[in-house]
Formats: sequence, C-alpha cells, structure tokens
Amino acid sequence: MKSHKKLVISEVEFNSRLFVGTGKFASPEKMAAACEASGTELVTVALRRVDLKNPNDPMLDALDFSKYRLLPNTSGARDAEEAVRLAKLARAATRTNWLKLEVTPDPYYLLPDPIETLRAAEELVKLGFVVLPYINADPVLAKRLEDAGCATVMPLAAPIGSNKGLKTRDQIAIIIENANVPVVVDAGLGMPSHAAEAIELGADAVLVNTAIAIAEDPVAMAEAFKLAVIAAEKARAAGPGGESRLARASSPLTGFLRENQ
Amino acid sequence: MNFYEQIHSMYSNAIRERVKNANAADVERALGREHLEIADFAALVSPAAAPYIEEIARRSAAITERRFGRVIQLYAPLYVSNECVNKCVYCGFSHEVGIPRLTLTIEQAIAEADAIASLGFRHILLVSGEDRRYVTVPYLTEIVRNLNNKFAAISIEIQPMSEDEYRELVAAGVDGLAIYQETYDEALYKTLHPAGPKRNYKNRLDAIEAGGRAGMHSLGIGALLGLGDWRNEAVMVAMHGRYLARKFWRSRVAVSFPRIRGSAHKFQPKSLPTDADLVQMICAMRLALPDAELVMSTRENARLRDSLIGLGITRTSAGSKTNPGGYEMDEASGPKGGEQFAVSDPRKPAEVAAAIAAKGYEPVWKDFDRTLAKC
Repeated sequence: MKSHKKLVISEVEFNSRLFVGTGKFASPEKMAAACEASGTELVTVALRRVDLKNPNDPMLDALDFSKYRLLPNTSGARDAEEAVRLAKLARAATRTNWLKLEVTPDPYYLLPDPIETLRAAEELVKLGFVVLPYINADPVLAKRLEDAGCATVMPLAAPIGSNKGLKTRDQIAIIIENANVPVVVDAGLGMPSHAAEAIELGADAVLVNTAIAIAEDPVAMAEAFKLAVIAAEKARAAGPGGESRLARASSPLTGFLRENQ
Repeated sequence: MNFYEQIHSMYSNAIRERVKNANAADVERALGREHLEIADFAALVSPAAAPYIEEIARRSAAITERRFGRVIQLYAPLYVSNECVNKCVYCGFSHEVGIPRLTLTIEQAIAEADAIASLGFRHILLVSGEDRRYVTVPYLTEIVRNLNNKFAAISIEIQPMSEDEYRELVAAGVDGLAIYQETYDEALYKTLHPAGPKRNYKNRLDAIEAGGRAGMHSLGIGALLGLGDWRNEAVMVAMHGRYLARKFWRSRVAVSFPRIRGSAHKFQPKSLPTDADLVQMICAMRLALPDAELVMSTRENARLRDSLIGLGITRTSAGSKTNPGGYEMDEASGPKGGEQFAVSDPRKPAEVAAAIAAKGYEPVWKDFDRTLAKC
C-alpha cells in the first residue's frame, strides 16, 4: 500500500515532509524565521558557507537545533574525492554522520554528476555516513544508489534555483514506483503547488530553498509551502478519485465468457 | 528483511477486509488511476469489480500491447523427475500417490530436450518433484550444460534451494526460476502440506529471493488456484510481485495462474475460480504489474487460452507433457513416469502457434539469449 507511510530515514521519524535549505537568505535571522514558519524538522547547510573555525558561526548559531536535524551538504564538490573530503570535515565539525551528497561539476546549472555521486556514495556508506544523494531524476541511478546503501534518493524536479516546478515528473514517478528508500524531491520547486504535486505523486518529502529564500516575504512563503505539503499529504490519505473513467463498452474482449461453450 | 517480514505479515489480514468490503466506487477510482496502489488492486479483484470486467480487460489489453507488443512467447516444460518426498494433498506427485516414479538419466533428459527442440522451442522449463537424492545440483547442471547450445533460455521449477546452489545453476546456464507458493494463506498452507520439507512455509517463500540474489533473470511466482480464496491470493501475488520487482530490479517478474486440475491425487478443490474469475484476476494483475510476464499453461483448454491472447498473457506453454519421459520415451526406452496433472489443451505446438498467428499475434520461440546470462 503506497499511501504515505510514516517518513522514516535511517530509523529517524519525521512529522514534516518539508525539508528546507538555508542558502540565499538575506540574513541568518530571516533564514531562521523561515525555517520556524515552515514547520520543518530537517535543514540542510552548505559546509562551504560555515566557518568551521568559528564556534559562533552565524549560520549555525541562528538555528535552534533542538527543533531541527542538521543535514550538512557537500555543495561545491566537483568530484567524489572532494565530496568525501568535505563529508569528513562536515562530520568532524557538526557531529552528525548525516550527509546530503552533492557533486556538481557544472557551474551553470549545478547538475549532479551521476558517476562521481555513485562513487562517493559507495565510499561514504563504507565510512559510516547516512547518505542522502542529490541526483538527476534517473531511475536506474536511483536503484544503484539504493543498492549502494543510501538512506534516500533526492531527484531534482528541475535545475536547482530554477523555480520551474516538477519538470521531471514522469521519471520521478518511476523512481517512486521502484524505490525501497524514501524519495525526496529536491531542487526546482518554485511554488507551493509544485511541492504539493510532488507529494501527491507519492514523493516522501520535498526539499525547498530558493523559492522560500528569495521570496519577498520568506516567512510567509515558508508557511505556504508547509500548508501545501500538508494539504497534499491529506489528499493522498483521503483516497483521491481517478482522472478519467472509461466509457462503458460492449464486450468485445470478454464476450467469450458468456458464449455457449 | 524479506517479503514475509516486510509485507506479508503486516498486510494479509488488512487485504482480506479490503477485498471483502470494496464497492463500485472503489473499483471506479481504481480504474481511473495511472499507477495502482495495492488497495486499488484489491478493489479490482473484489466481487464488486465483476460488472467491470470488460473495462478491466480493455485496460489490460492496452497496457500489454504497449509494453510487450503483439507477441506471445512459447515455452515447453521438461519433467526430469517425479520423485517426491512431500505429501501435498492436491498434487499428483505426492509421496502418497501410487504412480510410476522415474528420474530421467542425463541421456534420457537430453533426448527429451531434443524432442522439445525439434518442435521449435528455444525456451525450456525443467520441472521436478522434491527429492534431493535424485534431483541434485550436479545432476541439474549437467543437464543444463548439455542444453545450452539447444536452448536460448532455461528455467527451473524444482525444490527450493540455497543462494549458493542457485549461483551454481546460474553459472551453468539457468536464467529463470519459478517457485509457486501454492497458497499465501499460511494456516491453510500447513494443512495442505502435512509432511516433507515443503511444510516450511517461510522457507519456500524465501527461496525466490535467494534466486534473485543469485542473479536469476526471471523470477516466477503464483498461487495454485482452488486452494485458498483466489481474490486474497491475487492480492498477495501482486504484492509479492511488486516487492520482487523493487528488490531485484534487474530481474523480470513472471506470474502464473494455475488452476487445479485432475490428477492421481483425487483432491477436490473447495472453490475453483470460474473462467470469468480467472480473466478478472489475470487482467487486474496486468494493471498492478504492467511489466510482468503473465504466464498461461496447458492446464487450461484451447478455447480459453485462445480467448486470452491479447488480454494480458504474454507467455504460454504448448504441447506440454507433465510426466518424465512424456515426449520421447517409448516401450523400447523404458516405462514413462506418472503425470503431475492432466493437460486440457492437447494441441501440438505448431497448432498453438497457428492459433496465436490467427489472432494477429506473433508466436515467439526465442526472446532471450544465452550471452545475456552470466555464464
């Protein structure tokens, strides 16, 4: 039964299906207020944004970690070696072994490199990390990462920061159909309706950053995403009607069941 | 985690309720969906879906044609042994049934395979009862090595084995494994399998996963229809198929729909599904498992088999003999073994192929190649 099960990642249960990214906000305070309004329980932080030598780093200091689980990401890594190096730094600095794996050699669209991502994931799982890899919406890659021991897969809806919505919808549907780990739709969700669409499709969670961060009122936008995700979750649980009904036909295919034998 | 721990034990009771209580609105919702959830599938095999059988068949036919094309793949079973230590109350090979017992020698098995190949077949299924004294891994691998150059695909339907044993068979050239659970009703299963290693329900259920881990390309499952309630069995089969497809994503799931046939056991099934029930089950299964091979054997008669072409079935046997030595052996070469069940479609393979062609479908003798297997 595919109607939403509790969201559990690596034995940790989440009540909110909205994950929030912390980049691009006008200030750490606005970022923290938006996280609060979003109801999220998991926030990602780019390790490259954090001053590891500063015990009072403003990014980390602004967030109340009794409410959120921290998910450091390897944003900026261009290959597996860089990602693994960043991951080890992240683990030492933040004392979490959770990691959002991002390997994006292309500086324009920041599209993830599937080969380096798989290599890094295999290595990081061996090193004891809980790996949540950011990937293009490639169903076979998703299975390969699952086989490698990743805790989720995080396919992109559209290029990161593009706000274009669920452009990879059909591929994500296949990923969801075949996945044994939670599917988190990441990147490109520009409006609450996009997030709702992903959840209605069966995604286990969504990750939103740019759409909230660059809104005129990030706090209001964060709340709008929160409500959209909850609405979609409720709709799935309510057992939605199908799209179209086949017209009643005569019985060209099963008529033989009533013929004299 | 295996299927039993992850799904079976959690959902079997919920499924019964869902199947029993589904109404017309549930069926219509299910028919409107692109991706069926198991709750939708339960509605499609419920009594409430009977009036919708033409709609279900139309969707099944459309999906099947889109995914597989207008083709039906043909195979033949080769029974290598009817020795059996189990006492399954419904089976013609049961230890307690007094039939002539025979395990083919390697030479006899090859001669039978040659006879099957001469009929046109390039896909073959090796079948046996369960007696490890006769049907061993070395015995099977030697047969398979001799069949490799004659057949493009070799599957097995034998007793459950370990992952290592399956690996040996895969290395020898086996690419498909079928293990039918018979019934997914665990309590009923115990009463039907009073003695022998097959009595262990979970052991049987786990074996198909051992085959998946060992690299079998095709994983065949099914319930023997006439034992438990077919609607509940259908839902369990669909869940099992989905589970296997997700877990062993490089393998293809195949589902069979065997209805109990008469044999030497004198078993009287309590509730045999009707033809209409069977059509409902097959077509609904296609909606739940769009990519699965759906298999029809010669247990069913020619009329029903021909009518099902195009509705969802993609693979069918033809000209089958269900006894060791049934194809080729005669009085001179020694007595044949007793049969597992009586076939209902006695037509020759060429006649079945002609009937498939007459329906506008292509009978396909080969759609796999040895070079795709790991050997």
